[in-house]
Amino acid sequence: MSTKILAIDAATEACSVALLTQEQTVSRFEVIPQQHSQRLLPMVDEVLQEANMTLSDVSAIAFGRGPGSFTGVRIGVGIAQGLAFGANLPMVPVSSLEAMAEGAYREHGAEQVIAAIDARMGEIYTATYQRQDTGEWLCLDPECVMKPEDAEFSLSEATVVGTGFETYQDILMAKGQFMQSDRILLPAALDMVTLAARYFVKGQTVRAEEAEPVYVRDTVTWKKLPGRE
Amino acid sequence: MRVLGIETSCDETGVAIYSEAEGLLAHQLYSQVKLHADYGGVVPELASRDHIRKTLPLIQAALKEANLSHTDLDGIAFTQGPGLVGALLAGSSIARSLAYAWKLPAVGVHHMEGHLLAPMLEDTKPEFPFLALLVSGGHTMMVAVKAIGEYEILGESIDDAAGEAFDKTAKLLGLDYPGGPLLAKIATQGTEGRFKFPRPMTDRPGLDFSFSGLKTFAANTIAKEGDDLQTQADIALAFEQAVVDTLAIKCKRALEQTKMKRLVIAGGVSANQRLREQLAVMMEKLNGKVFYPRTAFCTDNGAMIAYAGLARLKAGQTLDLAVKARPRWPINELPPL
Repeated sequence: MSTKILAIDAATEACSVALLTQEQTVSRFEVIPQQHSQRLLPMVDEVLQEANMTLSDVSAIAFGRGPGSFTGVRIGVGIAQGLAFGANLPMVPVSSLEAMAEGAYREHGAEQVIAAIDARMGEIYTATYQRQDTGEWLCLDPECVMKPEDAEFSLSEATVVGTGFETYQDILMAKGQFMQSDRILLPAALDMVTLAARYFVKGQTVRAEEAEPVYVRDTVTWKKLPGRE
Repeated sequence: MRVLGIETSCDETGVAIYSEAEGLLAHQLYSQVKLHADYGGVVPELASRDHIRKTLPLIQAALKEANLSHTDLDGIAFTQGPGLVGALLAGSSIARSLAYAWKLPAVGVHHMEGHLLAPMLEDTKPEFPFLALLVSGGHTMMVAVKAIGEYEILGESIDDAAGEAFDKTAKLLGLDYPGGPLLAKIATQGTEGRFKFPRPMTDRPGLDFSFSGLKTFAANTIAKEGDDLQTQADIALAFEQAVVDTLAIKCKRALEQTKMKRLVIAGGVSANQRLREQLAVMMEKLNGKVFYPRTAFCTDNGAMIAYAGLARLKAGQTLDLAVKARPRWPINELPPL
Protein backbone atom coordinates (compact mmCIF):
# COMPACT_ATOMS: atom_id res chain seq x y z
CA MET A 1 0.00 0.00 0.00
CA SER A 2 1.42 3.37 -0.93
CA THR A 3 1.83 6.11 1.63
CA LYS A 4 -0.99 8.62 1.85
CA ILE A 5 -0.49 11.67 4.04
CA LEU A 6 -3.11 14.20 5.10
CA ALA A 7 -1.60 17.48 6.35
CA ILE A 8 -3.34 20.25 8.24
CA ASP A 9 -2.02 23.68 9.13
CA ALA A 10 -3.53 26.70 10.88
CA ALA A 11 -0.39 28.17 12.45
CA THR A 12 -0.52 31.52 10.65
CA GLU A 13 -3.05 33.68 8.78
CA ALA A 14 -3.12 30.86 6.23
CA CYS A 15 -5.34 27.85 6.67
CA SER A 16 -4.40 24.87 4.55
CA VAL A 17 -4.97 21.18 4.01
CA ALA A 18 -3.24 18.79 1.61
CA LEU A 19 -3.59 15.14 0.77
CA LEU A 20 -0.64 13.32 -0.80
CA THR A 21 -1.17 10.04 -2.60
CA GLN A 22 1.04 8.19 -5.06
CA GLU A 23 -0.95 9.61 -7.96
CA GLN A 24 -1.62 13.16 -6.93
CA THR A 25 -1.61 15.89 -4.32
CA VAL A 26 -4.92 17.57 -3.59
CA SER A 27 -4.77 20.75 -1.55
CA ARG A 28 -6.59 23.80 -0.23
CA PHE A 29 -5.01 27.07 0.85
CA GLU A 30 -6.90 30.11 2.09
CA VAL A 31 -5.76 33.22 3.93
CA ILE A 32 -8.55 33.64 6.46
CA PRO A 33 -7.44 35.19 9.77
CA GLN A 34 -9.70 34.22 12.71
CA GLN A 35 -11.70 31.74 10.66
CA HIS A 36 -9.49 28.65 10.64
CA SER A 37 -11.67 26.68 13.01
CA GLN A 38 -14.64 27.13 10.70
CA ARG A 39 -12.91 26.09 7.48
CA LEU A 40 -10.38 23.44 8.48
CA LEU A 41 -12.63 20.39 8.82
CA PRO A 42 -14.73 21.26 5.73
CA MET A 43 -11.44 21.53 3.81
CA VAL A 44 -10.39 18.08 5.05
CA ASP A 45 -13.71 16.69 3.90
CA GLU A 46 -13.32 18.37 0.50
CA VAL A 47 -9.83 17.00 -0.24
CA LEU A 48 -10.80 13.49 0.83
CA GLN A 49 -13.85 13.60 -1.42
CA GLU A 50 -11.87 15.03 -4.32
CA ALA A 51 -9.38 12.16 -4.00
CA ASN A 52 -12.25 9.73 -3.63
CA MET A 53 -10.92 8.56 -0.28
CA THR A 54 -12.00 8.26 3.33
CA LEU A 55 -10.00 8.95 6.45
CA SER A 56 -9.35 5.24 6.95
CA ASP A 57 -7.41 5.14 3.66
CA VAL A 58 -4.86 7.63 5.04
CA SER A 59 -1.50 6.42 6.43
CA ALA A 60 -0.73 9.36 8.73
CA ILE A 61 -1.92 12.83 9.74
CA ALA A 62 0.70 15.58 9.49
CA PHE A 63 0.14 18.86 11.30
CA GLY A 64 1.73 22.27 11.46
CA ARG A 65 3.06 22.17 14.99
CA GLY A 66 4.10 25.82 15.00
CA PRO A 67 5.60 28.22 15.67
CA GLY A 68 2.89 30.72 14.85
CA SER A 69 -0.28 32.08 16.39
CA PHE A 70 -0.88 30.20 19.66
CA THR A 71 -4.61 29.77 19.09
CA GLY A 72 -4.15 28.95 15.41
CA VAL A 73 -1.55 26.28 16.14
CA ARG A 74 -3.89 24.72 18.71
CA ILE A 75 -6.81 24.66 16.28
CA GLY A 76 -4.63 22.84 13.75
CA VAL A 77 -3.23 20.42 16.33
CA GLY A 78 -6.68 19.85 17.86
CA ILE A 79 -8.39 19.09 14.55
CA ALA A 80 -5.50 16.82 13.55
CA GLN A 81 -5.55 15.06 16.93
CA GLY A 82 -9.27 14.32 16.70
CA LEU A 83 -8.83 12.85 13.20
CA ALA A 84 -5.77 10.80 14.12
CA PHE A 85 -7.20 9.50 17.38
CA GLY A 86 -10.54 8.75 15.75
CA ALA A 87 -9.05 6.90 12.78
CA ASN A 88 -6.22 5.37 14.84
CA LEU A 89 -3.49 6.98 12.75
CA PRO A 90 0.04 8.11 13.62
CA MET A 91 0.78 11.83 13.53
CA VAL A 92 3.73 13.64 11.98
CA PRO A 93 4.66 17.00 13.49
CA VAL A 94 6.00 19.52 10.95
CA SER A 95 7.59 22.90 11.61
CA SER A 96 5.85 25.84 9.99
CA LEU A 97 9.29 27.37 9.31
CA GLU A 98 10.67 24.23 7.67
CA ALA A 99 7.48 23.99 5.59
CA MET A 100 8.29 27.44 4.16
CA ALA A 101 11.85 26.29 3.34
CA GLU A 102 10.33 23.38 1.42
CA GLY A 103 8.05 25.89 -0.28
CA ALA A 104 11.07 27.92 -1.38
CA TYR A 105 12.54 24.77 -2.94
CA ARG A 106 9.26 23.95 -4.67
CA GLU A 107 8.80 27.47 -6.04
CA HIS A 108 12.39 28.58 -6.65
CA GLY A 109 14.59 25.50 -6.33
CA ALA A 110 16.19 27.25 -3.34
CA GLU A 111 18.56 25.14 -1.24
CA GLN A 112 19.67 27.76 1.27
CA VAL A 113 16.70 29.27 3.01
CA ILE A 114 16.02 31.55 5.96
CA ALA A 115 12.42 31.51 7.15
CA ALA A 116 10.89 34.13 9.43
CA ILE A 117 7.32 34.57 10.65
CA ASP A 118 6.13 37.87 12.12
CA ALA A 119 5.66 36.89 15.77
CA ARG A 120 4.05 40.25 16.76
CA MET A 121 5.29 42.15 19.79
CA GLY A 122 8.26 43.35 17.70
CA GLU A 123 9.70 39.87 17.25
CA ILE A 124 10.11 37.12 14.64
CA TYR A 125 10.13 33.34 14.74
CA THR A 126 13.04 32.29 12.60
CA ALA A 127 15.23 29.36 11.51
CA THR A 128 17.86 28.80 8.81
CA TYR A 129 17.98 25.74 6.56
CA GLN A 130 20.41 24.08 4.17
CA ARG A 131 19.04 21.46 1.81
CA GLN A 132 20.91 18.11 1.72
CA ASP A 133 21.36 15.78 -1.27
CA THR A 134 18.77 13.49 0.31
CA GLY A 135 16.22 16.27 0.10
CA GLU A 136 16.24 16.73 3.88
CA TRP A 137 16.77 20.10 5.47
CA LEU A 138 19.67 20.64 7.83
CA CYS A 139 18.75 23.23 10.39
CA LEU A 140 21.69 25.67 10.68
CA ASP A 141 20.03 28.15 13.06
CA PRO A 142 17.44 26.40 15.22
CA GLU A 143 13.94 27.83 15.68
CA CYS A 144 13.85 30.79 18.03
CA VAL A 145 11.97 33.98 18.73
CA MET A 146 13.96 37.22 18.66
CA LYS A 147 13.94 40.89 17.84
CA PRO A 148 14.79 41.33 14.14
CA GLU A 149 17.60 43.74 15.12
CA ASP A 150 19.29 40.91 17.08
CA ALA A 151 19.05 38.33 14.30
CA GLU A 152 22.35 36.76 13.14
CA PHE A 153 22.04 34.22 10.36
CA SER A 154 24.53 31.42 9.56
CA LEU A 155 24.01 32.06 5.86
CA SER A 156 25.15 35.24 4.15
CA GLU A 157 23.47 34.22 0.89
CA ALA A 158 20.00 32.73 0.97
CA THR A 159 16.47 32.79 -0.29
CA VAL A 160 14.36 34.34 2.44
CA VAL A 161 10.72 33.50 3.04
CA GLY A 162 7.87 34.44 5.34
CA THR A 163 6.00 37.43 6.74
CA GLY A 164 8.94 38.26 9.04
CA PHE A 165 10.96 39.43 6.05
CA GLU A 166 8.01 41.48 4.85
CA THR A 167 7.33 43.25 8.15
CA TYR A 168 11.00 43.85 8.95
CA GLN A 169 12.34 44.11 5.41
CA ASP A 170 14.63 47.10 6.07
CA ILE A 171 16.30 45.52 9.08
CA LEU A 172 16.55 41.91 7.92
CA MET A 173 17.45 42.34 4.25
CA ALA A 174 20.57 44.29 5.26
CA LYS A 175 21.95 41.19 7.00
CA GLY A 176 23.15 39.38 3.85
CA GLN A 177 22.82 38.84 0.09
CA PHE A 178 19.24 37.73 0.23
CA MET A 179 16.71 36.92 -2.45
CA GLN A 180 13.24 37.55 -1.06
CA SER A 181 10.56 35.17 -2.24
CA ASP A 182 7.36 36.84 -3.34
CA ARG A 183 5.62 33.45 -3.44
CA ILE A 184 6.28 31.99 -0.02
CA LEU A 185 5.00 34.27 2.73
CA LEU A 186 3.09 31.71 4.76
CA PRO A 187 3.46 27.98 5.42
CA ALA A 188 1.29 25.61 3.39
CA ALA A 189 0.08 22.07 4.02
CA LEU A 190 1.12 21.35 0.42
CA ASP A 191 4.77 21.54 1.52
CA MET A 192 4.08 19.79 4.81
CA VAL A 193 2.98 16.58 3.07
CA THR A 194 6.32 16.47 1.23
CA LEU A 195 8.26 16.80 4.49
CA ALA A 196 5.92 14.51 6.40
CA ALA A 197 6.20 11.72 3.82
CA ARG A 198 9.96 11.71 4.48
CA TYR A 199 9.54 11.76 8.25
CA PHE A 200 6.89 9.05 8.09
CA VAL A 201 9.18 6.67 6.22
CA LYS A 202 11.86 7.27 8.86
CA GLY A 203 9.37 6.49 11.62
CA GLN A 204 9.36 10.02 13.02
CA THR A 205 5.75 9.90 14.16
CA VAL A 206 3.90 10.46 17.44
CA ARG A 207 0.66 9.08 18.80
CA ALA A 208 -2.33 11.40 18.75
CA GLU A 209 -2.32 11.91 22.52
CA GLU A 210 1.37 12.88 22.38
CA ALA A 211 1.00 15.49 19.65
CA GLU A 212 1.95 18.90 21.02
CA PRO A 213 2.23 22.40 19.66
CA VAL A 214 5.68 23.98 19.59
CA TYR A 215 5.13 27.53 20.77
CA VAL A 216 8.80 28.66 20.88
CA ARG A 217 7.66 31.74 22.79
CA ASP A 218 6.96 30.38 26.23
CA THR A 219 6.90 32.90 29.04
CA VAL A 220 6.46 36.46 27.93
CA THR A 221 2.85 37.37 28.33
CA TRP A 222 2.14 36.20 31.86
CA LYS A 223 3.86 36.77 35.20
CA LYS A 224 3.82 34.73 38.35
CA LEU A 225 2.97 36.22 41.72
CA PRO A 226 5.90 37.63 43.72
CA GLY A 227 7.83 34.81 45.38
CA ARG A 228 6.48 32.12 43.01
CA GLU A 229 8.86 32.68 40.08
CA MET B 1 -28.32 6.68 23.45
CA ARG B 2 -24.82 7.25 24.84
CA VAL B 3 -23.05 10.59 24.56
CA LEU B 4 -19.45 11.63 25.15
CA GLY B 5 -19.29 15.07 26.79
CA ILE B 6 -16.24 17.34 26.65
CA GLU B 7 -15.84 20.50 28.75
CA THR B 8 -12.94 22.95 28.25
CA SER B 9 -14.42 26.41 28.81
CA CYS B 10 -12.15 27.59 31.60
CA ASP B 11 -9.59 25.86 33.85
CA GLU B 12 -10.92 22.30 34.09
CA THR B 13 -10.77 19.65 31.40
CA GLY B 14 -13.80 17.40 31.89
CA VAL B 15 -14.77 14.31 29.91
CA ALA B 16 -17.73 12.04 30.66
CA ILE B 17 -20.05 9.51 29.08
CA TYR B 18 -23.76 9.67 29.84
CA SER B 19 -26.25 7.02 28.80
CA GLU B 20 -29.97 7.63 28.56
CA ALA B 21 -30.69 4.12 29.84
CA GLU B 22 -27.76 3.50 32.19
CA GLY B 23 -27.01 6.97 33.56
CA LEU B 24 -23.47 8.25 34.06
CA LEU B 25 -20.91 5.72 32.81
CA ALA B 26 -17.67 7.67 33.11
CA HIS B 27 -16.52 10.93 34.65
CA GLN B 28 -12.94 12.15 34.19
CA LEU B 29 -11.65 15.51 35.29
CA TYR B 30 -8.34 17.31 35.23
CA SER B 31 -8.27 20.52 37.23
CA GLN B 32 -5.65 23.15 36.41
CA VAL B 33 -6.14 24.91 39.73
CA LYS B 34 -2.55 24.32 40.87
CA LEU B 35 -1.17 25.65 37.59
CA HIS B 36 -3.02 28.96 37.93
CA ALA B 37 -2.49 29.37 41.68
CA ASP B 38 1.03 30.73 41.11
CA TYR B 39 -0.45 33.52 38.99
CA GLY B 40 -3.28 34.47 41.33
CA GLY B 41 -5.92 33.70 38.73
CA VAL B 42 -6.62 31.85 35.50
CA VAL B 43 -4.10 32.66 32.75
CA PRO B 44 -6.12 32.01 29.57
CA GLU B 45 -3.13 31.06 27.40
CA LEU B 46 -1.87 28.52 29.95
CA ALA B 47 -5.39 27.10 30.31
CA SER B 48 -5.61 26.54 26.54
CA ARG B 49 -2.19 24.89 26.48
CA ASP B 50 -3.27 22.45 29.16
CA HIS B 51 -6.59 21.60 27.49
CA ILE B 52 -4.81 20.51 24.31
CA ARG B 53 -2.56 18.20 26.34
CA LYS B 54 -5.26 16.71 28.53
CA THR B 55 -8.36 16.22 26.36
CA LEU B 56 -7.39 13.06 24.44
CA PRO B 57 -5.90 11.22 27.45
CA LEU B 58 -9.12 11.95 29.37
CA ILE B 59 -11.25 10.64 26.48
CA GLN B 60 -9.17 7.45 26.53
CA ALA B 61 -9.62 7.20 30.30
CA ALA B 62 -13.39 7.76 30.06
CA LEU B 63 -13.84 5.01 27.44
CA LYS B 64 -11.77 2.69 29.62
CA GLU B 65 -13.73 3.59 32.75
CA ALA B 66 -17.02 2.85 30.96
CA ASN B 67 -15.48 -0.22 29.29
CA LEU B 68 -16.80 1.01 25.95
CA SER B 69 -15.45 1.39 22.45
CA HIS B 70 -16.28 4.39 20.29
CA THR B 71 -18.74 2.24 18.34
CA ASP B 72 -20.89 2.16 21.50
CA LEU B 73 -21.30 5.95 21.37
CA ASP B 74 -24.12 7.80 19.59
CA GLY B 75 -22.81 11.33 19.66
CA ILE B 76 -20.27 13.83 20.96
CA ALA B 77 -21.23 16.96 22.91
CA PHE B 78 -18.78 19.72 23.69
CA THR B 79 -18.91 23.09 25.39
CA GLN B 80 -19.26 25.71 22.67
CA GLY B 81 -19.54 28.70 25.05
CA PRO B 82 -19.60 30.90 26.99
CA GLY B 83 -16.05 30.88 28.32
CA LEU B 84 -12.44 31.64 27.38
CA VAL B 85 -12.27 31.62 23.59
CA GLY B 86 -8.91 29.85 23.33
CA ALA B 87 -9.93 27.19 25.84
CA LEU B 88 -13.24 26.63 24.04
CA LEU B 89 -11.49 26.30 20.68
CA ALA B 90 -9.00 23.73 22.00
CA GLY B 91 -11.73 21.35 23.18
CA SER B 92 -14.12 22.11 20.31
CA SER B 93 -11.50 21.39 17.64
CA ILE B 94 -10.66 17.99 19.09
CA ALA B 95 -14.30 17.10 19.79
CA ARG B 96 -15.64 18.12 16.39
CA SER B 97 -12.96 16.36 14.34
CA LEU B 98 -13.21 13.25 16.53
CA ALA B 99 -16.95 13.10 15.83
CA TYR B 100 -16.13 13.42 12.11
CA ALA B 101 -13.62 10.57 12.30
CA TRP B 102 -16.04 8.39 14.26
CA LYS B 103 -18.93 9.37 11.96
CA LEU B 104 -20.98 10.55 14.93
CA PRO B 105 -23.25 13.58 15.22
CA ALA B 106 -21.80 16.49 17.22
CA VAL B 107 -23.56 19.13 19.24
CA GLY B 108 -22.32 22.34 20.89
CA VAL B 109 -23.51 22.79 24.45
CA HIS B 110 -24.08 26.02 26.35
CA HIS B 111 -21.92 25.82 29.46
CA MET B 112 -24.54 27.39 31.73
CA GLU B 113 -27.25 25.08 30.41
CA GLY B 114 -24.93 22.28 31.45
CA HIS B 115 -24.74 23.71 34.98
CA LEU B 116 -28.47 24.30 35.09
CA LEU B 117 -29.21 20.68 34.17
CA ALA B 118 -26.50 19.20 36.43
CA PRO B 119 -29.04 18.29 39.18
CA MET B 120 -30.63 15.96 36.57
CA LEU B 121 -27.57 13.71 37.04
CA GLU B 122 -28.81 12.93 40.58
CA ASP B 123 -31.41 10.39 41.70
CA THR B 124 -33.76 13.10 42.94
CA LYS B 125 -34.29 15.28 39.90
CA PRO B 126 -36.35 18.45 39.80
CA GLU B 127 -39.40 18.47 37.55
CA PHE B 128 -40.01 21.37 35.18
CA PRO B 129 -40.72 24.19 35.65
CA PHE B 130 -38.24 25.43 38.22
CA LEU B 131 -36.29 28.47 39.27
CA ALA B 132 -32.53 28.22 38.86
CA LEU B 133 -29.84 30.23 40.59
CA LEU B 134 -26.57 29.83 38.68
CA VAL B 135 -23.66 30.96 40.80
CA SER B 136 -20.05 30.45 39.76
CA GLY B 137 -16.77 32.30 39.32
CA GLY B 138 -17.94 33.63 35.97
CA HIS B 139 -21.71 33.95 36.34
CA THR B 140 -24.48 34.92 38.72
CA MET B 141 -27.89 34.51 37.18
CA MET B 142 -31.50 33.88 38.19
CA VAL B 143 -33.33 31.94 35.50
CA ALA B 144 -36.94 30.77 35.18
CA VAL B 145 -36.79 27.37 33.50
CA LYS B 146 -39.95 26.17 31.78
CA ALA B 147 -38.24 23.31 29.96
CA ILE B 148 -34.86 22.55 28.40
CA GLY B 149 -34.06 25.53 26.19
CA GLU B 150 -36.91 27.67 27.52
CA TYR B 151 -35.12 30.11 29.77
CA GLU B 152 -36.07 33.53 31.00
CA ILE B 153 -33.30 35.48 32.70
CA LEU B 154 -34.88 37.20 35.71
CA GLY B 155 -31.73 38.75 37.11
CA GLU B 156 -27.95 38.87 36.70
CA SER B 157 -24.92 40.37 38.38
CA ILE B 158 -24.25 43.87 37.15
CA ASP B 159 -20.56 43.57 38.13
CA ASP B 160 -18.60 40.72 39.79
CA ALA B 161 -20.00 37.19 39.80
CA ALA B 162 -20.60 35.75 43.28
CA GLY B 163 -17.70 33.30 42.97
CA GLU B 164 -15.45 36.06 41.71
CA ALA B 165 -16.32 38.15 44.78
CA PHE B 166 -15.43 35.16 46.97
CA ASP B 167 -12.07 34.72 45.25
CA LYS B 168 -11.21 38.43 45.26
CA THR B 169 -12.11 38.87 48.93
CA ALA B 170 -10.10 35.75 49.74
CA LYS B 171 -7.14 37.31 47.96
CA LEU B 172 -7.50 40.43 50.13
CA LEU B 173 -7.36 38.11 53.14
CA GLY B 174 -4.10 36.68 51.84
CA LEU B 175 -5.58 33.33 50.80
CA ASP B 176 -4.30 31.37 47.80
CA TYR B 177 -6.19 31.30 44.48
CA PRO B 178 -8.90 30.12 44.15
CA GLY B 179 -9.68 31.39 47.60
CA GLY B 180 -13.47 31.00 47.70
CA PRO B 181 -13.53 27.55 49.31
CA LEU B 182 -10.66 28.56 51.66
CA LEU B 183 -12.58 31.66 52.71
CA ALA B 184 -15.58 29.49 53.54
CA LYS B 185 -13.30 27.26 55.59
CA ILE B 186 -11.86 30.04 57.77
CA ALA B 187 -15.34 31.57 58.08
CA THR B 188 -16.28 28.58 60.27
CA GLN B 189 -13.88 30.02 62.89
CA GLY B 190 -15.45 33.48 62.68
CA THR B 191 -17.25 35.34 65.46
CA GLU B 192 -20.95 35.91 64.74
CA GLY B 193 -21.93 39.56 64.75
CA ARG B 194 -18.48 41.19 64.99
CA PHE B 195 -18.85 42.69 61.51
CA LYS B 196 -21.94 43.38 59.50
CA PHE B 197 -21.53 43.62 55.71
CA PRO B 198 -24.25 45.17 53.52
CA ARG B 199 -26.69 43.05 51.50
CA PRO B 200 -26.26 44.78 48.11
CA MET B 201 -29.35 45.68 46.08
CA THR B 202 -31.78 43.99 48.45
CA ASP B 203 -33.34 47.29 49.56
CA ARG B 204 -34.88 47.88 46.15
CA PRO B 205 -37.10 45.80 43.88
CA GLY B 206 -35.62 43.59 41.17
CA LEU B 207 -33.55 40.45 40.89
CA ASP B 208 -30.18 41.78 39.76
CA PHE B 209 -27.06 41.33 41.88
CA SER B 210 -24.00 43.42 42.64
CA PHE B 211 -21.05 41.98 44.53
CA SER B 212 -18.12 44.27 43.80
CA GLY B 213 -19.04 46.57 46.70
CA LEU B 214 -18.61 43.73 49.18
CA LYS B 215 -15.01 43.32 48.10
CA THR B 216 -14.41 47.04 48.73
CA PHE B 217 -16.16 46.78 52.08
CA ALA B 218 -13.85 43.91 53.00
CA ALA B 219 -10.78 45.91 51.93
CA ASN B 220 -11.86 48.86 54.10
CA THR B 221 -12.55 46.59 57.06
CA ILE B 222 -9.11 45.00 56.74
CA ALA B 223 -7.51 48.48 56.56
CA LYS B 224 -9.32 49.56 59.73
CA GLU B 225 -9.25 46.39 61.83
CA GLY B 226 -5.98 44.74 60.75
CA ASP B 227 -5.73 41.19 59.55
CA ASP B 228 -4.82 38.97 62.47
CA LEU B 229 -6.13 35.44 62.11
CA GLN B 230 -9.28 36.01 64.16
CA THR B 231 -10.13 39.22 62.31
CA GLN B 232 -9.59 37.38 59.02
CA ALA B 233 -12.03 34.69 60.10
CA ASP B 234 -14.54 37.28 61.32
CA ILE B 235 -14.35 39.18 58.03
CA ALA B 236 -14.68 35.92 56.08
CA LEU B 237 -17.78 35.00 58.06
CA ALA B 238 -19.40 38.43 57.67
CA PHE B 239 -18.65 38.41 53.94
CA GLU B 240 -19.99 34.91 53.43
CA GLN B 241 -23.15 35.70 55.41
CA ALA B 242 -23.73 38.79 53.28
CA VAL B 243 -23.39 36.88 49.99
CA VAL B 244 -25.55 33.99 51.17
CA ASP B 245 -28.22 36.30 52.60
CA THR B 246 -28.30 38.31 49.39
CA LEU B 247 -28.65 35.20 47.24
CA ALA B 248 -31.38 33.84 49.55
CA ILE B 249 -33.33 37.11 49.59
CA LYS B 250 -33.30 37.24 45.78
CA CYS B 251 -34.29 33.57 45.48
CA LYS B 252 -37.25 34.13 47.79
CA ARG B 253 -38.27 37.19 45.81
CA ALA B 254 -38.01 35.29 42.51
CA LEU B 255 -39.99 32.34 43.86
CA GLU B 256 -42.77 34.67 45.00
CA GLN B 257 -42.73 36.50 41.69
CA THR B 258 -42.87 33.33 39.57
CA LYS B 259 -45.01 31.34 42.03
CA MET B 260 -42.59 28.44 41.57
CA LYS B 261 -41.96 25.84 44.27
CA ARG B 262 -38.78 24.20 43.03
CA LEU B 263 -35.38 25.86 43.27
CA VAL B 264 -32.21 24.59 41.58
CA ILE B 265 -28.81 25.88 42.67
CA ALA B 266 -25.86 25.12 40.42
CA GLY B 267 -22.37 26.35 39.61
CA GLY B 268 -19.24 26.35 41.77
CA VAL B 269 -20.69 28.50 44.57
CA SER B 270 -23.57 26.03 44.98
CA ALA B 271 -21.06 23.79 46.78
CA ASN B 272 -20.99 26.38 49.60
CA GLN B 273 -22.28 24.74 52.78
CA ARG B 274 -23.74 27.86 54.38
CA LEU B 275 -25.70 28.63 51.20
CA ARG B 276 -27.08 25.07 51.08
CA GLU B 277 -28.13 25.12 54.72
CA GLN B 278 -29.78 28.52 54.57
CA LEU B 279 -31.69 27.73 51.38
CA ALA B 280 -32.84 24.37 52.76
CA VAL B 281 -34.34 26.14 55.79
CA MET B 282 -35.90 28.82 53.61
CA MET B 283 -37.44 26.35 51.17
CA GLU B 284 -38.92 24.32 53.98
CA LYS B 285 -40.64 27.45 55.29
CA LEU B 286 -41.87 28.22 51.78
CA ASN B 287 -43.17 24.67 51.37
CA GLY B 288 -40.90 24.14 48.41
CA LYS B 289 -37.88 22.02 47.57
CA VAL B 290 -34.30 22.85 46.73
CA PHE B 291 -32.13 20.75 44.38
CA TYR B 292 -28.35 20.67 44.01
CA PRO B 293 -25.91 18.65 42.00
CA ARG B 294 -23.40 16.62 44.05
CA THR B 295 -20.32 18.66 44.95
CA ALA B 296 -18.24 17.20 42.09
CA PHE B 297 -20.83 18.46 39.59
CA CYS B 298 -21.16 21.95 41.07
CA THR B 299 -17.87 22.92 39.48
CA ASP B 300 -17.13 22.47 35.77
CA ASN B 301 -17.36 18.88 34.52
CA GLY B 302 -17.99 16.81 31.41
CA ALA B 303 -21.01 14.96 32.83
CA MET B 304 -23.32 17.97 32.66
CA ILE B 305 -22.18 18.61 29.07
CA ALA B 306 -22.86 14.99 28.11
CA TYR B 307 -26.31 15.21 29.74
CA ALA B 308 -27.32 18.49 28.08
CA GLY B 309 -25.83 17.32 24.78
CA LEU B 310 -27.82 14.10 24.88
CA ALA B 311 -31.07 16.03 25.27
CA ARG B 312 -30.22 18.21 22.27
CA LEU B 313 -28.95 15.37 20.10
CA LYS B 314 -32.15 13.45 20.80
CA ALA B 315 -34.06 16.46 19.53
CA GLY B 316 -32.02 16.27 16.33
CA GLN B 317 -29.91 19.35 17.01
CA THR B 318 -26.47 18.84 15.46
CA LEU B 319 -23.59 20.95 14.16
CA ASP B 320 -22.02 21.03 10.72
CA LEU B 321 -18.24 20.74 10.23
CA ALA B 322 -17.47 24.40 11.04
CA VAL B 323 -16.10 24.81 14.57
CA LYS B 324 -17.37 28.06 16.10
CA ALA B 325 -16.66 28.97 19.69
CA ARG B 326 -19.16 31.33 21.31
CA PRO B 327 -17.30 33.07 24.16
CA ARG B 328 -20.31 35.32 24.77
CA TRP B 329 -23.58 33.49 24.37
CA PRO B 330 -26.70 34.62 26.25
CA ILE B 331 -28.52 31.56 27.62
CA ASN B 332 -31.91 32.89 26.50
CA GLU B 333 -30.76 32.68 22.86
CA LEU B 334 -30.82 28.88 23.03
CA PRO B 335 -33.49 27.15 20.96
CA PRO B 336 -36.12 25.01 22.69
CA LEU B 337 -35.93 21.25 22.18
